[in-house]
Amino acid sequence: MSYREVWTIAEQCQGDIREVSYEILTRGRALADKLGVKLASVLIGYKVNKEKIEELIYRGADKVYLAEAQELENFIVENYGNVLIDLISQYKPEIIIAGATTSGRTLMPYVAVRVNAGLTADCTDLDIEEGTGNLLQTRPAIGGNILATIKTPNNRPQMATVRVKSTRPLPVDNKRTGEIIRINLKPGLIDGRVKRLGFRKTEEEAVNIQDADIIVAGGRGLKKKENFALIRDLAKRLGGVVGASRDAVDRGWISYPHQVGLSGKTVSPRLYIAVGISGSVQHLAGIKTAENIVAINIDPDAQIFKVSDFGIVGDLFDVVPAISERLSAIKGERNG
Amino acid sequence: MNIVIPIKQVPETSNVKMDEETGTMIREGVESIINPLDLYAIEVGIELKEEHGGKVTVITMGPQSAEKALREAIAMGCDDGILITGKEFKGSDTWATSFVLSSAIRKIGTYDLILAGERATDGDTGQVGPGIASFLNIPLSTYTSRIVEITDNTIIVERLIEDGYETLQMPLPCLLTVVKEISYPRLPTLRGKQKAKKVEIPVWSADDMDLDKSKIGLNGSPTRVVRISHPRIARGGTIVKATDEESLSRAIDKLINFLQEKNLI
Ligand SMILES: Cc1cc2nc3c(=O)[nH]c(=O)nc-3n(C[C@H](O)[C@H](O)[C@H](O)COP(=O)(O)OP(=O)(O)OC[C@H]3O[C@@H](n4cnc5c(N)ncnc54)[C@H](O)[C@@H]3O)c2cc1C
Ligand SMILES: Nc1ncnc2c1ncn2[C@@H]1O[C@H](COP(=O)(O)O)[C@@H](O)[C@H]1O
Repeated sequence: MSYREVWTIAEQCQGDIREVSYEILTRGRALADKLGVKLASVLIGYKVNKEKIEELIYRGADKVYLAEAQELENFIVENYGNVLIDLISQYKPEIIIAGATTSGRTLMPYVAVRVNAGLTADCTDLDIEEGTGNLLQTRPAIGGNILATIKTPNNRPQMATVRVKSTRPLPVDNKRTGEIIRINLKPGLIDGRVKRLGFRKTEEEAVNIQDADIIVAGGRGLKKKENFALIRDLAKRLGGVVGASRDAVDRGWISYPHQVGLSGKTVSPRLYIAVGISGSVQHLAGIKTAENIVAINIDPDAQIFKVSDFGIVGDLFDVVPAISERLSAIKGERNG
Repeated sequence: MNIVIPIKQVPETSNVKMDEETGTMIREGVESIINPLDLYAIEVGIELKEEHGGKVTVITMGPQSAEKALREAIAMGCDDGILITGKEFKGSDTWATSFVLSSAIRKIGTYDLILAGERATDGDTGQVGPGIASFLNIPLSTYTSRIVEITDNTIIVERLIEDGYETLQMPLPCLLTVVKEISYPRLPTLRGKQKAKKVEIPVWSADDMDLDKSKIGLNGSPTRVVRISHPRIARGGTIVKATDEESLSRAIDKLINFLQEKNLI
């Protein structure tokens, strides 16, 4: 059988499908259309909400390969890997795309070495090369200072992880139809060596900064821990979450999961507001693909202004409260 | 407890300067260092050795000059280093690199734990750690933020995932890739430095490891870089000053306008 079909890897959590699953269908749809092949979403889990599975089709998939078992309830790379490898040998996809999430970035390299596939991490752009039909994968490297375009000419499947939030899900079209193919798990695919003992949610406010549309981030300019209240307040008003520079994290003002940048997380929100952050190369590495960057800094020469779409040179202790105040005034008008 | 840590030598990029006109990195005077994210793995390895005994071996695949990275790790407290070098390795992508490193670890033989950095700051893929685990068919925990306990042949770890911390239990040997939160890297000691100067570092070539040449270097790499481009660094956005009450008020007006235009509020 020759290699056909574009696959995207859906992610679920306690039976609910994660947003990134729909985002990557948008990528997959574009590629499948260019190649004239079917697009399938691969969903591994347990007791996943039926309507949500159908939504995969409404948002672009032609097929869903559904592998469900109690042992697959949570992501364990050995189990998920075995299932995916088995599916690949059976159905031979040409391209496989996963989100560059903690599980996507674990599953894909694990599988790629077993199936002799090329894998490109954290892509921001995917396209098909004219003539050859090869997948062109573009990704930032060296802290975002260069963009490299990579292809895998001789091996199939071609695999890539793509940056979370770097595309939007397609609108729901409930006239779309597709096939849901339930996979009967072959014996022996559940590895059993690794056990998940538990899960502890991060205590503070939502820190899933990679999934957020709006991030308000604070840096050393805040001067002390208590002043992060300003950032939290602004984030709340905008419906966003709180991020931070490494300097703020290292000083213990806020916990590590909030850190944005080279040794923290790479984010692509629609709006990133950097408050009292100088814009070091390492910090910028994490925000290069943010859609809009707003910077507030007292130093007109701060690097952050070079990459910002809108910058305010001023004292954050004046500027941030003024923004918050204006936002509540606007809200008052709307409600009043 | 025998621990193996693959480390990578990378250009010191914390002060990367970009040539604004050409958009290229100014490489002059750029030093080579241990991948900063590997320091956390090295620290954990040394701490575990101190607690449980055994030894820590660092390995690297790279040019001859990467030996310096191994000596630096030994100065911090690691015991041995192995340098994997040769022109046959040139052009290895993460598939081929994982293959070579896993083969080297096989050759080392007995090990209980492999610790890798979350990712290297130059290639920035984070694929090599999981790749090594996959080749060796040993259990894997990525984004490991804490080692909870090690008893007999079992390890319990926490990993930092999107919305919290997950606890996993797995048998040894296994591979952990670690995040910054797991440790606070120590500095090299004087005694360590003296040891590092003297210690002999074996050098392994592809032949020493009996490697299939079609699986290493460019030949063994499924991926090909076809183009490098330089993204626009400056966005050329609007910059406004807020130095007094009046200019502050105007700045906020403009900001609100900006946010409304972009449909952000
Ligand atoms: C290997 C490595 C990895 C790293 N990884 C990361 C990473 O992942 N993320 C990261 O962020 N950093 C990272 N760093 C650190 C990075 O180099 C910087 O040290 C850090 O980003 C600086 O944080 P900052 O901008 O908050 O602090 P500073 O650089 O000190 O900037 C503070 C800013 O606040 C402004 N300010 C002060 N007072 C006010 C005021 N009243 N109003 C308005 N503005 C004010 C100042 O003008 C200044 O620009 C890394 C470094 C290395 C070597
Ligand atoms: N050439 C190499 N030699 C030794 N270890 C490496 C090499 N490349 C990557 N690694 C290890 O794999 C991790 C992830 O690297 P990468 O997949 O390149 O981002 C690093 O932090 C190292 O622990």
